[in-house]
Amino acid sequence: MYKPNDLILRTTTSLIAFILLGFAIYLLLAGHNSPGGGFVGGLMTASAFVLMYMSYGIETVKKILPINFRTLIPIGLLIAVVTGVGSFAFNEPFLSHTFGYFTFPLFGEIELATAMLFDIGVYVTVLGVTMTIILTIANDQ
Amino acid sequence: MSNLAVLPIIIPLISGIILAFFHKKVTVSRWLTRILTIGNLGLVSYITWIVFNEGSIILETGGWEAPYGIILVADPLAITLVLTTNIVATACAFYASHSMNIKEETHYFYAFFFFLITGVSGAFLTGDLFNLFVFFEVLLMASYALIVLGGGKVQLRESIKYVLINLFSSVLFVTAVAFLYSVVGTVNMAHIAERVQEVDQKGILTTIAVLLFFVFATKAALFPLYYWMPKSYIVPNPVVSALFGALLTKVGIYSILRVFSLIFVYKLDLTHHAFIWFAGLSMIFGIIGALSTSNIKLIVAYNIIPAIGFIIMGIGVFNQDAMSGAVYYLVHDMIIKCALFLLVGTIAYVAGTSDLRKFSGLIHYYPVLGWLLFVSAFILAGVPPFSGFIGKLLLLKGALTNDEIVIVVLGLLSSLLILYSIMKIFIQGFWGEKDESFVKKPTKGFVGPVVFLLAFSVILGIGAEFIYPSIDTISTYLLDPEVYIDSVLKE
Repeated sequence: MYKPNDLILRTTTSLIAFILLGFAIYLLLAGHNSPGGGFVGGLMTASAFVLMYMSYGIETVKKILPINFRTLIPIGLLIAVVTGVGSFAFNEPFLSHTFGYFTFPLFGEIELATAMLFDIGVYVTVLGVTMTIILTIANDQ
Repeated sequence: MSNLAVLPIIIPLISGIILAFFHKKVTVSRWLTRILTIGNLGLVSYITWIVFNEGSIILETGGWEAPYGIILVADPLAITLVLTTNIVATACAFYASHSMNIKEETHYFYAFFFFLITGVSGAFLTGDLFNLFVFFEVLLMASYALIVLGGGKVQLRESIKYVLINLFSSVLFVTAVAFLYSVVGTVNMAHIAERVQEVDQKGILTTIAVLLFFVFATKAALFPLYYWMPKSYIVPNPVVSALFGALLTKVGIYSILRVFSLIFVYKLDLTHHAFIWFAGLSMIFGIIGALSTSNIKLIVAYNIIPAIGFIIMGIGVFNQDAMSGAVYYLVHDMIIKCALFLLVGTIAYVAGTSDLRKFSGLIHYYPVLGWLLFVSAFILAGVPPFSGFIGKLLLLKGALTNDEIVIVVLGLLSSLLILYSIMKIFIQGFWGEKDESFVKKPTKGFVGPVVFLLAFSVILGIGAEFIYPSIDTISTYLLDPEVYIDSVLKE
């Protein structure tokens, strides 16, 4: 029986997927001041995962990434909604956001905004939705 | 600043998210759904009480001022409809566990149910045209999932039609919003209204108004854009049909009511006069559809079209009485359509078929079901003590004030035929010889939600003296766009 040898694909995947994941995190964090944000970051992460699924097969990747992508959708939604509802505690209108400057060792002074939390919610939801769609179609017999 | 205006949207959203975690645990889901819908209903009643006593609640989300940020406006009209939505949702939450099977329930039914309520409440409460589009999509996405839930062959076929037509009208909606934005430079409804008023609704704005009317008329299933509606509304589970029949088309008609009482009110002879024609034709064609079939679910689905016709006639006539009638009829119709869909769903379940020619004599086995159908036929047609009567009376009175004789005659005739179309179910399905071989199925749990809804209908009719002042407040408010603009833009 013919058995394909995809050594080149697998070797490059392990490198490229790593770069893609790093780039996705960069996009997520950069969204406030330059192009990027939760949506494209989530899509980029999903594309890294899809690349891994394509070159290593579903069984192997499931062992490396034991995540149920379907539950990521409500988790992401919950993060986003709670960020909006959080403003209730400070007696501010729904979805009010704030920011502050914090000094960290090594990084120095960094601006942290609560809009980032909302973006993380979007990121998780987009990742969950994309992976659920792709894996559901891929698993179809 | 009052976050109360956002709670009717946020609570169903969070409920839906929580229930998405518990989708496999049916018992937990059921009880959580019931508790959450009742809690939400209580809260919305409280907000309604505040709105009617202390004036509209306006929330500027994120603390951004009116034309720049998204605003949520809980004015008397919106909050009344949100309250009605929650009454319908509560009845459906209690009905769902009886008509759904376990497999459908575990496939995220309750999560989608709450997302549908989120979308509907959001569409009623928003004060921003693009946000209205987003909430339309929220409710449509949930409805796509609900219509195909179960995966029957007919469901797949009808859902394709349903998705295609709604996708098309959504694309048109975005196009219309883009046109409007390029002309007036804002998407905030109060701000649009102000700017349209400044230029006295010049030619292009009327064109955009007609385009928006086309979009909303497709969503509301008005003649001649109703062809997708009846068949796709009867294929899902009865409780889903009830939610669709009670809520989805009414969001479309609410959008017409809002847009054509607030923004485009300066070319009445062009736009509003045409509405009366569409109203008349909707009544005629809807009732022809209802009389042409012997499928009991289809009879009720076709009855949505003349009801939408009645409401659009009120908007077309555009005076105090007619607007009161339109609002009254809108609230009445949401409740009674839900009750009727639940009823025929139950009848089709106990009879084992929805074909009227295949069963008769059910009154010997199900007297309660029979008399409930009898009463709801009277409510729907507008027989005096019930709620349908007052809405129609106000509508016809308003139309007579403006000398619209033809539409009055049509309205009265179609009411008669509506009564006949529902009575046909009662006469052919419930009267007749006792069928000895009939196996009686238990109807425990099916009747309660219907009685709950019909009780509201009866209260709405008998307690009209008590409710009418509130409705009158709403119609006065609708006829004076300045109040809305001033309260939103704070001038």
